[in-house]
Amino acid sequence: MKRNKSVLLSVPYILWMVAFTLIPLGVVCYYALTDPNTGEFTWSNIAELGTFLPVFGESIGYSLVSALLCLVLGYPVAYFIAHRKPLTQKLLYMLVMLPMCMSFLLRTLAWVALLQDTGIINDFLEMLGLARLPLIRHPVAVVLGMVYNYLPYMILPLYAIIVKIDNRLIEAAEDLGCTPAQTFVKVVLPLSMPGIVSGITMVFVPAVSTFYISQKLGDTGTFLIGDVIERLFKQGDNANLGAALSLLLMILVFVCTGIMNKLTDSDGEEMVVV
Amino acid sequence: MSKELIRLQNLTMEFDGERILDGINLYIKDHEFLTLLGPSGCGKTTTLRIVGGFLTPTTGEVMFDGKCINDVPPYERQINTVFQRYALFPHLNVFDNIAFGLRVAKMPKDEITKRVNDMLEIVSLKGYGHRNISSLSGGQQQRVAIARALVNEPKVLLLDEPLGALDLRLRKDMQNELKRIQQATGITFIYVTHDQEEALSMSDTVVVMDKGRIQQIGRPEDIYNEPTNAFVADFIGESNILDGVMLEDYKVRFFGRTFKCLDAGFEPNEPVDVVIRPEDIDFVPPQEGHLVGTVTSVTFKGLNYDIIVDFKGFKWLIQTTDHQPEGATVGIRLNPEDIHIMHKSEYSGLFGDYSSYSAEYDELTEDAADEEE
Amino acid sequence: MKKANRVITILIFVFLYAPMLVLIIGSFNEGKSLARFDGFTFEQYAELFRDQDLLKLLGNSILISVISSFVATVFGTVAAVGICNLKPKMRRLVMQLTDIPMTNPDIVTGISLSLLFVFVGTKMLGQRDSLTFWTLLIAHVTFNLPYVILNVMPKLNQMDHSLTDAAMDLGCTPLQSFFKVTLHEILPGVVAGAIMAFTMSLDDFVISYFVSGMDFVTLPVEIYSYTKKPIPPKIYAMFTLLFLLILVLMITMNLLQLRSDKKKVQVGK
Repeated sequence: MKRNKSVLLSVPYILWMVAFTLIPLGVVCYYALTDPNTGEFTWSNIAELGTFLPVFGESIGYSLVSALLCLVLGYPVAYFIAHRKPLTQKLLYMLVMLPMCMSFLLRTLAWVALLQDTGIINDFLEMLGLARLPLIRHPVAVVLGMVYNYLPYMILPLYAIIVKIDNRLIEAAEDLGCTPAQTFVKVVLPLSMPGIVSGITMVFVPAVSTFYISQKLGDTGTFLIGDVIERLFKQGDNANLGAALSLLLMILVFVCTGIMNKLTDSDGEEMVVV
Repeated sequence: MSKELIRLQNLTMEFDGERILDGINLYIKDHEFLTLLGPSGCGKTTTLRIVGGFLTPTTGEVMFDGKCINDVPPYERQINTVFQRYALFPHLNVFDNIAFGLRVAKMPKDEITKRVNDMLEIVSLKGYGHRNISSLSGGQQQRVAIARALVNEPKVLLLDEPLGALDLRLRKDMQNELKRIQQATGITFIYVTHDQEEALSMSDTVVVMDKGRIQQIGRPEDIYNEPTNAFVADFIGESNILDGVMLEDYKVRFFGRTFKCLDAGFEPNEPVDVVIRPEDIDFVPPQEGHLVGTVTSVTFKGLNYDIIVDFKGFKWLIQTTDHQPEGATVGIRLNPEDIHIMHKSEYSGLFGDYSSYSAEYDELTEDAADEEE
Repeated sequence: MKKANRVITILIFVFLYAPMLVLIIGSFNEGKSLARFDGFTFEQYAELFRDQDLLKLLGNSILISVISSFVATVFGTVAAVGICNLKPKMRRLVMQLTDIPMTNPDIVTGISLSLLFVFVGTKMLGQRDSLTFWTLLIAHVTFNLPYVILNVMPKLNQMDHSLTDAAMDLGCTPLQSFFKVTLHEILPGVVAGAIMAFTMSLDDFVISYFVSGMDFVTLPVEIYSYTKKPIPPKIYAMFTLLFLLILVLMITMNLLQLRSDKKKVQVGK
């Protein structure tokens, strides 16, 4: 074929991606399997991972709860947007995407201002003559921070799938005697499965590895796996143990996305966002 | 006609181990209108793309004016193409589409304007220069595609199912138009189609292809009257094809009778395929007939009736203006000129039996669009 | 049901935008606290434009996002043309490679790149500071590339490939046919990819945090270091300005897409 030559254009890209995604992961493995002081091969970093299992468990717990909450909150929104006029859809879509592009550090800080004991919500409650509530430094606040930050990652893929559902299928279901609730459960929900799966993945992955939200919104005892890794790299000076933890985190995420991708056999060439 | 312009020598083409072309040998004369005809997947588009330079044959040579052009890229060939579904540039208007090739060739501006305007006139689109491509009808887009190719004054114009996307009426008009343009410009046309009527009515030469091989090359009349095998006989029009034995020159035996025919040059007692065109058969009263059968189905077709007659369990299609009721007993006579004899081929026994009438008779309408890239 | 959806949607939008509103209001606040409004002022903006250090950080951020998104857009578009013509099996493999930075948690991407740079820099080249502007740029290009590829690939796949054949048939070399035809067809995807890459790069904190060195710091990394001390309100002013920038970019992107959609509808009929 004449097009053969243009295939060569992909070679620099492939080399770049191998050099800066695959090889770095190899380097992570190398660090995970060497001793921080002597630089010799050791299993001790891997062996130490056991002590972090509770932290892993906690992280997974937080992010699963957040992902499910995002699903419950995001589905009606995605459904609502998908059933607007095309121009309104574009506008609302943009409004969902916009927060994703803004500094998540500052937005999380804004939550601190909203939730803290002398914060906006508590001032408001007091104005209404109600008692101030301990809103911050609480597991619920961490979940709230995660839901807030990653909700758009749920809404966008859900929308992308729901908007493609052929309206005639819904009419057909109604024609065949389904009540609206039955139509939803029997037709709409199964057809939105790919969106649900990709939404959960897209929320779960960043949530499980976050290291800022818990520091700001959680109580002082809340350590998620991301926090531990950050500290090992930036303060603890035990990059090797950090590498081992990153490796475990990565495997966890790849297993999760692998399972999720099995559920929907997407070829990964189509972009969910935009 | 005049001298040879293009010669294809032993072309073979393989994609991923699948053989698409299998030994194509063909020469094309200057000013000729040549049509590659065949069902989808027969290799006709692949052959055209090889001539255009979009594919390099696995083996074999493409000669142009006596020189091998296998390694000449499309943009250096004096050949232009009218693509399936036109491939007009959506971001350019009609004028800019037609001027595209001239601009790439860096022709002076006023020369371009003149030639494009002349071309617009030839394809009856005067005054459409500033129109957006998307605002044109299918027929108009078709004309722009032809103009865009012809304006470069190529030696050869390749047309890949150019009328496939048009409706029947428009297709007939464009057939005449294309033939007129070809005669006016004298440019060699290589035309690809799966529509046998189109091929027969427009071409000087028809090349019938199947399974990556050329089945027959000839003038339209020869292809129709003297098909070389059962495939060609069936693909070009309707045919009843029977097993027979060539007893000696001008004598063939089938259905237990010996008939006179016009064919010679076969081995004594060679098994052959006998072709009888449905429109060549006339009914006679049963007692006068060479063969006697029973009418099993009658379909009114407008110009004629399609009548299926069962002769001893073998069903023939007969096209006639004589109405016969279903169940009637009829006789037929076969004159020597109605009988065409073919050598046995791999297609023997596959075509020409109307026992499963309706399924067989459906015209070949499948879109050749999803043919091999 | 429908009404409930509407109410939930409105509440969710309030939920999404309330914190940003707090920050924007904060940028006009005389006082330092986000939680208490002490009076309206533009002082924070004036403050912002007086603060050379902060402006330099913003400049750094914009510099790195402009360069990295530009490089990624050119590199990625060229690569997409190549990938598009790969055999299906190979193409799937390359797309999996492309997915790695997308699915890998940012922290893992950041750490792996930082370890690579440190490893190569200190152990192989013997540098003392192996994390520089260049390592940051490489990291940004790396995580920007998939956005470009994933936006350009669908456009390339949708494109009628006989258009490039037609261009070559009319005398274009492959290079000419890319610029005269292909680029026009895939432009919306290229622009969308570039804008996404730019915003991702501008806002990236996690990867930059691990990969940037002492000599070249971007704004988000600096903001993170602020969070251990009280944050100066001029940061909120900067947030507001960035908010406006992103808003304008997104509207541009949408308008572009709208225009190309319109064209398609016309061609389709």
